[in-house]
Amino acid sequence: MTSPAERGLRESATFDRATIAGIQHAARTGVYDIRGWGAKRAVPHFDDLLFLGASMSRYPLEGYRERCDTDVVLGDRHAKFPLHLQTPVTIAGMSFGALSAQAKEALGRGASEVGTSTTTGDGGMTDEERGQSKNLVYQYLPSRYGMNPTHLRSADAIEVVLGQGAKPGGGGMLLGQKISDRVAEMRTLPPGIDQRSACRHPDWTGPDDLAIKIGELREITDWEKPVYVKVGATRTYYDVKLAVAAGADVVVVDGMQGGTAATQEVFIEHVGIPTLAAIPQAVQALQELGVHRKVQLIVSGGIRTGADVAKAMALGADAVAIGTAALVALGDNDPQYAAEYEAIGSAAGYYDDFQDGRDPAGITTQDPELSARLDPVEAGRRLANYLRVLTMEAQTIARACGKAHVLHLEPEDLVALTIEAAAMARVPLAGTTWIPGRDR
Amino acid sequence: MDAVARDTKHQGEHADRGAGPDNTETITFDLAETGGVRSLNAELHRPTSKSYAVQNPAGAHAIAAGIDADIAVDVHGHAGYYCAGMNDGGTVTVHGNAGTGVAENMMSGTVRVTGDASQSAGATAHGGLLIIEGSASMRCGISMKGVDIVVGGSVGSMSAFMAQAGRMVVCGDAGDGLGDSIYEARLYVRGTVGTLGADCIEKPMRDEHRAELAELLADAGLPHDPAEFRRYGSGRALYHFTSEHSGSY
Repeated sequence: MTSPAERGLRESATFDRATIAGIQHAARTGVYDIRGWGAKRAVPHFDDLLFLGASMSRYPLEGYRERCDTDVVLGDRHAKFPLHLQTPVTIAGMSFGALSAQAKEALGRGASEVGTSTTTGDGGMTDEERGQSKNLVYQYLPSRYGMNPTHLRSADAIEVVLGQGAKPGGGGMLLGQKISDRVAEMRTLPPGIDQRSACRHPDWTGPDDLAIKIGELREITDWEKPVYVKVGATRTYYDVKLAVAAGADVVVVDGMQGGTAATQEVFIEHVGIPTLAAIPQAVQALQELGVHRKVQLIVSGGIRTGADVAKAMALGADAVAIGTAALVALGDNDPQYAAEYEAIGSAAGYYDDFQDGRDPAGITTQDPELSARLDPVEAGRRLANYLRVLTMEAQTIARACGKAHVLHLEPEDLVALTIEAAAMARVPLAGTTWIPGRDR
Repeated sequence: MDAVARDTKHQGEHADRGAGPDNTETITFDLAETGGVRSLNAELHRPTSKSYAVQNPAGAHAIAAGIDADIAVDVHGHAGYYCAGMNDGGTVTVHGNAGTGVAENMMSGTVRVTGDASQSAGATAHGGLLIIEGSASMRCGISMKGVDIVVGGSVGSMSAFMAQAGRMVVCGDAGDGLGDSIYEARLYVRGTVGTLGADCIEKPMRDEHRAELAELLADAGLPHDPAEFRRYGSGRALYHFTSEHSGSY
């Protein structure tokens, strides 16, 4: 049988097969598609940037020989105990509930092995992740599921979550099939029902209130812990300025490629801006307030390689966070489960139904048999390997640009391949001095 | 500093917390003086007495927040936001009014406000007893997770929004949208209800409800007859999402 293209059939660019399948699904079921993962559409990204390695005008550093440091300090603006991480690649917040206890433990093991931090999620702190995480960031979310002062005090940093890149302005819904007795108990809700995570905090509204809220968190933890503020990338310039004004020690900006456990596809694909477009806005805000590198910037959303890490940092980030890539490193979408992915209507490399609890890899599930498939020690080792590779890749690029620390990378080391990326990242189109939108 | 060493330190600190000291002499903090709330809370987190008085609160925020020992704190005047926030034990009495989020996320203990409370009183609180002798503004008991709240007067709109567990008693009236998207919390209202929120319904008062209400009223020191109250709770119709519900919110 020849393919439709070989038979001269033409697929519509407007109504492509995925679009047609979406209409058919809506008509058949009366519900929109809810899925995990982040935006799948192509948007200008780090791939559209290139580094200018050193040559005559700049000296490179010797690979494998000359020192190129990667450690970063986060949250030294007000906190008694800022975090000192050995790599700028951190693990983003993902909830127990969305992920199995084994997956959370593995994230802690992998992160701790390389000296970086991991983050709780909507659903509270588990003993598994606290026990295995040297540096644990405790998310403070609108739902306050499982939120308690004992965990707050046992954390190494606190992240006030206003939103995430996959769904800025949206709350969440953990579907009933993932609400095991343990998840239900941690969230103080009956097992088996769909759990709504609120989109607004219940006891503050707006930046002036947030300043008071951050003051309370500092009071309760005796001014020991760094306080992060996390926003989904939208009006990033203003949001970062307001977060700093509210007293954040660290601002986390999550672009639209950032993943989620469960959100409407329409939300994931159509709300928020690309990570690339958000970073320069955030850096500009910090610079105008005179706090760039004093209030640290963590960037997430589509970080996959050491090149992405280096590019984010060259644009002005102090660190990055990975979520989706960390899950892949643990074993998500592993081809060894190809037949099982197909059996539930997906395929290895495509699986994004993190909301429905049937993950063959045992990561985005609460099913005891499936989650037992993930060995937290082995999975943690894979994550540590991957984190080391990201760090070494970023170092390789930094050395080539003549930098003795990855934090020394700068926008002047970058050019863009496309006009869109040049405009968003505010670096010149390769081979020109043209920064669209800047030189008018 | 090394993270593991810090963990050990936290555990050491925590071992000192909770039990409370033997000293019963009242220690007075005047918030008009240097140090303010920060030195007050530092003392309350490692208390050297069982009894504290706070003078000149002047609407300061986070007064007596994060207590986890069996101590008594009397605040003489008006408190700002998040008074007694996240407390796990102890008794805090505000002799005046309290701002937004009084006793937010309380785990255990008692908080009493002799005047009125602003928005989000008792928000997300997991346990303990919050008594507001006057009235509470909007979103009282929002997302409550096990706390008991007794309000001598009325509560504003959207109170008990997404309330998960615990009990709320309103001796006056409740505003619009009471108990919107409520889960398993139980609400008792003596006066009128503006409107009920999505999936919040009136439920019959049985003997066990009158009994628990009588107990809550007694704990709060309010003389009302449980027979004068109506009970509200979840219709449990929105516990599973379907597109047919899209018009019901």
